[in-house]
Amino acid sequence: MRSNTVKDTTPRASIGLKLATLGALLFLHLPLLVVIMYAFTTDEASFSFPPPGLTTRWFVDVFNRPDFRSALGLSLAVAAVSTFIALILGTLLALAIYRSKFFGREAISLLVILPIALPGIVTGIALRSAISLTGINFSFWTIVIGHATFCIVTVYNNAVARLRRTNYSQIEASMDLGASTFQTFRYVILPNIATSLLAGGMLAFALSFDEVIVTTFTAGQQQTMPIWIYSQLFRTRDRPITNVAAVFVIAATFIPILLAYRFTNENRE
Amino acid sequence: MATRLQSASPPSLPRRIGAFFFRHPNWSLAALLLLPMLWLGVFYLGSLGALLTQSFFRLDGFTGRIVRQFGLETYQKQLFTPANMDIVLRTFLTASAVTIASALIAFPLAYYMARYASYRVRGLLYLLVLLPLWSSYIVRVYTWKIILAQEGVLTWFINGLGLSGVLRAVLDIPVIGGPSLSISLLGTFIVFVYIWLPYMILPINAALERVPKSVIEASGDLGAPPGYTFRRIILPLAWPGVVAGSIFTFSLTLGDYIIPGIIGNSSFFIGQAVFVQQGTAGNIPLAAAFTVIPVAIMAVYLLIARWQGAFDAL
Amino acid sequence: MSAQSPSVAIRMMDVCRHFGDVKAVDHLNLDIYDGEFFSLLGPSGSGKTTCLRLIAGFEQPTSGSILLHGQEMAGVPPFERDVNTVFQDYALFPHMTVGQNVAYGLMIKKVPKAEIQRRVTEMLEMVRLPGLENRKPSQLSGGQRQRVALARALVNHPRVLLLDEPLGALDLKLRQQMQIELKAIQQKVGITFIFVTHDQEEALTMSDRLAVFNHGKIEQIGTPAEVYERPITGFVAGFVGTSNLISGTVAERLTGSSQTFSIRPEKIRIAVPGESFGDEMCAITGTIRDVIYLGINTRYLVEVGNGVDITVVQQNLDADSFDAHASRGKQVLLVWNKANNRPLVGV
Repeated sequence: MRSNTVKDTTPRASIGLKLATLGALLFLHLPLLVVIMYAFTTDEASFSFPPPGLTTRWFVDVFNRPDFRSALGLSLAVAAVSTFIALILGTLLALAIYRSKFFGREAISLLVILPIALPGIVTGIALRSAISLTGINFSFWTIVIGHATFCIVTVYNNAVARLRRTNYSQIEASMDLGASTFQTFRYVILPNIATSLLAGGMLAFALSFDEVIVTTFTAGQQQTMPIWIYSQLFRTRDRPITNVAAVFVIAATFIPILLAYRFTNENRE
Repeated sequence: MATRLQSASPPSLPRRIGAFFFRHPNWSLAALLLLPMLWLGVFYLGSLGALLTQSFFRLDGFTGRIVRQFGLETYQKQLFTPANMDIVLRTFLTASAVTIASALIAFPLAYYMARYASYRVRGLLYLLVLLPLWSSYIVRVYTWKIILAQEGVLTWFINGLGLSGVLRAVLDIPVIGGPSLSISLLGTFIVFVYIWLPYMILPINAALERVPKSVIEASGDLGAPPGYTFRRIILPLAWPGVVAGSIFTFSLTLGDYIIPGIIGNSSFFIGQAVFVQQGTAGNIPLAAAFTVIPVAIMAVYLLIARWQGAFDAL
Repeated sequence: MSAQSPSVAIRMMDVCRHFGDVKAVDHLNLDIYDGEFFSLLGPSGSGKTTCLRLIAGFEQPTSGSILLHGQEMAGVPPFERDVNTVFQDYALFPHMTVGQNVAYGLMIKKVPKAEIQRRVTEMLEMVRLPGLENRKPSQLSGGQRQRVALARALVNHPRVLLLDEPLGALDLKLRQQMQIELKAIQQKVGITFIFVTHDQEEALTMSDRLAVFNHGKIEQIGTPAEVYERPITGFVAGFVGTSNLISGTVAERLTGSSQTFSIRPEKIRIAVPGESFGDEMCAITGTIRDVIYLGINTRYLVEVGNGVDITVVQQNLDADSFDAHASRGKQVLLVWNKANNRPLVGV
């Protein structure tokens, strides 16, 4: 470990500490590398290690599977619509809360976080029993309701943080120059929070794409990607396909979140 | 020079509405909150309320239908049975074990990040800790199914070390053992620790970063050996971070049904019990009563955590 | 200066702005005329900024009425008022270029593009920032941003321009330069400028008239000369320039009555004890307690008995610092014209 300063004020860690650190990091990362490796194995039937050979044909095969394609399509659609709803609701909430001090403000902040803070099973079963009570069928829209609800908080957090950093006198200046409330929102507020909404939206997308617990309770016969993978876990024949699907899901959640991370940090001065 | 540019015509409707909202900030607040509150109130709070109410109903054993009358029967006769209490105990103990194990693994890493890593390295380590969080939950659970499988990586590794006998012996231990690592309580425990580990690392790291270097130096300056400084100064200051991380590991384990379902044997966790009860058994009141337990446990846990200062460490 | 044809640009009638118990602005009565450079002067928290915001429309009065060119402004939001503001922190839009910033008001009013282009260029030249249309605010210095804010407000040809301590963030030399430029622009454009400041020297330099604020009330309105030469209250005497406030026994010795009056340090002459003087003068003896040499002039602190100090400022016409410091401890006679005594109310 090279130190960057002339006078080395950073103390040296013991060998034991370094080993423990390395061990923890390996523990965190090896499994992911393992599954990526398995997506290329030629062994169809088992998880034998080391893999007998390597191939990329599963990546092609997977698109011939109608259930995979429909699961992928459903996940993408649900994530897109839920993100859209979460963007609208989250932005409205952020605009309401970021500057006002009113009775019940803390309660509302707590309410927004609750869907993520409470265990997924609580949210899932609550939604399920409520939906069955009203007699509505479980469908695409019931999944979306669940997803949008817990995605609100990611948009809200990002938007509020950015709004708080925005200089308020800009808004007064805009009104002073003749822009009405709505025009001010369109020309001044929105451009200022645009990248934070983008980041929040991407986080919401990844959250929705990855979600399995609440989805299991609010879906009817449909399968999203995570549910599809979950169902595959008990089927030994399609192992390679499942591995490829796993790699897809890793990419679909990992990439948006990395981008969102970049967006939020880019604008931090 | 004073050419008036203000339009002489009366303001348009959107401008008038805008003016109204400007003059009446309370109305503007209400308008902004209307849609989100409606959504959250109806879909979320409404559902939660319905769930809680359901736990006070009961399932009629004969007709298989839910009797909508308030009573504590579901709690008394169905929830608090030995078998169900077994489930609660199992879940609670696993959650505790997971919390302790996570804390033990997380602490050295968090300590290294906070005290010894240079600025650049620390950024890299943050990324490395967050990365697994960013990839899919179900996939991460799935990978362990692969790794723990009988023909999989871990077994290959253990056989290579000549420890297959030890593995057999461990798997033969009742309760935590099973036919293979991928179908056992021990395996479940390992996966839980793996999945929630980042949630434990980050708050501990945050708490340790807040310990001023000067305090540690002062301790050494006053003659304390490193071990003493660690026990009496660093650990107590890092404690709120540990508690904060434990909130996540504990709560997430309490409610999870997927991991025990995939990796576990046939003995149930709370989550699975809820899933089965509301599904095939159609016993929604019992399922609802079951969910009340983790919520209640977490409410108490959160109060304790707040008392221990965990919320300042989040 | 168009003080000869006083049409009222802004009239505030008995305006109050209360926040619960706090009276930010209390029973304000004020007339500001077209084409004036009018300053609102006062310390922090005196209500001058609140007064400005009431005119702009960011605050609504709790009671009283505000008239802009005869029109009642109650309930009218800022975007419907024909005034523009230059904000203390300039409030430039960071996501727009300089050109877009300046064009903003015109864009909202849907002025045709060619016209916008022409006026923006013209305005940037007037504030002496030609050719900077495509820069972003973050690339400009403080002084340049301030001019962009000015251009952005002026390009809309408002009848009244409000300026909220616009020069506060600039260093001394730049501030003095901007004071001259602002005054020049105001006279060229011919509109009413309402200027908020806590710097009394700035207000005296630039204004046609000014109002002195204290604790939400206006203590005096007048031209700089009036306010300086004939302060009405002790606060005004002490805030605008420095002043000696003489009361009690010492006042009696000098004027025969114990009513408090103010006398400016530069009006007092240091004479030799025993010197004779006319009836129109008054005098008092004292000992020089402290001397501060300021280059152009010297400030003397003279103890005149009863524990009272009188500050005297004298230009260093013949004396230098050596002379100044040597006079410490000397017995002197302070002489000045009685006409310069200003009786004060409310002290």
